[in-house]
Amino acid sequence: MIELGNVRFRWGSDAPLVLDIQKLNVNVGERVFLEGPSGSGKTTLLNILGGVALPEVGIVQVNGTDLTRLKSRARDAFRADHIGIIFQMFNLIPYLSPLENVKLACRFSRRRHALAASKSSNTEEEALRLLMRMQLNEAAIMHSPAFELSIGQQQRVAAARSLIGSPELIIADEPTSALDHDVRRVFIKLLFDEIADTGATLVFISHDPSLADQFDRRIKLTDINKVH
Amino acid sequence: MTSIGSIVSLSLRSLLNRRLTAALTVFGVAVSVMLILGVEKVRHDAKHSFTNTISGTDLIVGARSGSVQLLLYSVFRIGNATNNISWNSYRTIAGRKDVKWAIPISLGDSHKGFRVMGTSEGYFRHYRYGQKRMLRFEAGRPFDDVFDTVLGAEVAEELGYKLDQKIVIDHGLGKGRFSTHKDKPFRVTGILERTGTPVDRTVHVSLDGITAIHIDWKGGARVPGMAIDADATRKMDLTPRSITAFMVGLHSRLGAFRVLRDINEYRGEPLLAILPGVALQELWRLMSTAEAALRAVSILVVIGGLLGMLTMLLTSLNERRREMAILRGVGARPQHVGAMFVVEAISITGAGCGIGLLFFYVGMASLQPVIEYHLGLFMPIALPTFREWLILGMVMGAAATTGLIPASMAYRRSLADGMTVRN
Repeated sequence: MIELGNVRFRWGSDAPLVLDIQKLNVNVGERVFLEGPSGSGKTTLLNILGGVALPEVGIVQVNGTDLTRLKSRARDAFRADHIGIIFQMFNLIPYLSPLENVKLACRFSRRRHALAASKSSNTEEEALRLLMRMQLNEAAIMHSPAFELSIGQQQRVAAARSLIGSPELIIADEPTSALDHDVRRVFIKLLFDEIADTGATLVFISHDPSLADQFDRRIKLTDINKVH
Repeated sequence: MTSIGSIVSLSLRSLLNRRLTAALTVFGVAVSVMLILGVEKVRHDAKHSFTNTISGTDLIVGARSGSVQLLLYSVFRIGNATNNISWNSYRTIAGRKDVKWAIPISLGDSHKGFRVMGTSEGYFRHYRYGQKRMLRFEAGRPFDDVFDTVLGAEVAEELGYKLDQKIVIDHGLGKGRFSTHKDKPFRVTGILERTGTPVDRTVHVSLDGITAIHIDWKGGARVPGMAIDADATRKMDLTPRSITAFMVGLHSRLGAFRVLRDINEYRGEPLLAILPGVALQELWRLMSTAEAALRAVSILVVIGGLLGMLTMLLTSLNERRREMAILRGVGARPQHVGAMFVVEAISITGAGCGIGLLFFYVGMASLQPVIEYHLGLFMPIALPTFREWLILGMVMGAAATTGLIPASMAYRRSLADGMTVRN
């Protein structure tokens, strides 16, 4: 699913190297725990995988496409179509309801719109289904604005959004760091359950090693990033 | 749903989320739009109404004063004459061979705020307005008896007068401040069709009528102990001693300058003759500075409104960085993020234009009578004209351009931030 080869990145031509990864492979359907303390280049890697940042050299193959060969417009479209992203916090657009936040992912991708609609009768039904899968089933939560939700609830809405329209790759950037210990495990389990259904690949970035045992593979960013 | 549709609906939702600041900004734009529409309307209608009020009259003659002043009080009923001219001077000039017709005008009285004009029956035959259009009667006929009156369309409509109704003329100008000529009521014999000129707001009576109601008055007050009733008045000699001004039509316009010179050099008394077109030009010149200043102020107010909007959009840039990052995360392009700000600018200004238009009409409806009463300016309330749409279009264009500023900043930030907000 992911193949990084000889990737080097710096913010400006004079700036120091932030990322220097010789090789990183993630197989289709694999659930990878990518461990790295803050400052280890996690955010940069996330931006490169998402096609928002381009490395100065190297190849970034995601789902068989070399992102470095695409124009920025095509990379944005690729991200919309094939990648679901969950951030650490502030995942939701505050003035939209949770339901609309989930549907947002279908607005910029015809592919995910079509896939979501084919799974349920329409994207709204599919968004509702995913929200219920994430144990957010009270009607009240569905329509009130997102900022009224607890952080745990917000993260589960974000998970539903990353999953709608079955993107092949889910990237979660410290999605549980703002959650209590018990809620973390539940969150990860819910995420795993839904991913198991779609067969998506999961890259879970975190600095909390205690979660690592639940994943297929554990990669330490400090091991593969030669800058550190 | 397409990306552009999503951007538009997201922008509107975002504005709704910030409805207080958005509403205030819309209000600011609305006020500025109302102002610029109002100023342009007054400017345009004033010119239009002045140009349209008189046509086919070659000369206007009055007591010696300024040509603009003579034009204003004789034709537009704005201001007052400094002096009257004698009936003899009128007779002498009207009797010239090269004069085709002459219409005497006697002003100074009013009826419930409308000016009363004494004139001859020739007024209805010779006076022309707009594109040389004649006055036409909606009902009735010209005055015949001493105490007959013909009403302008606006007078009849506003006061609800019908034919044969009796009305009483107030002495002097101003609403019911002064004493009235209630002993000699006038009968409505005719109502004119609407012209869009000061004629609509004029109560026409014969010169004899004007003389008649003042026959037992002297120096602006009733002569004590002297009361001559209407019927007795009829038998008296009602030839006026003086009139306010008169309009002249010539057989040949080529002779206008000679007549003009002759009148200005008239030996009997100091007279002033003007060519209406030339006096109008002079009026435009006088007004052009004020006009330009008004226009500049209204344009500046619009700029102020748009700057208010710019401030609001720029302020929101920071607090919306996360929103922009989330949108990038779900696949929005930096262009989409930038476009949101243009859409917001257009939405705010669009709403501002709509509400401004509404304010404009409400303002027009409430101020129109006041402006007509005090300035004699007739401003019809009509659907937006092409000019007004053009102004709104230009405001919208300026708004979209203004929106490009926050849009380009959002675009660059979004490009740099990507999916994560770096601090």
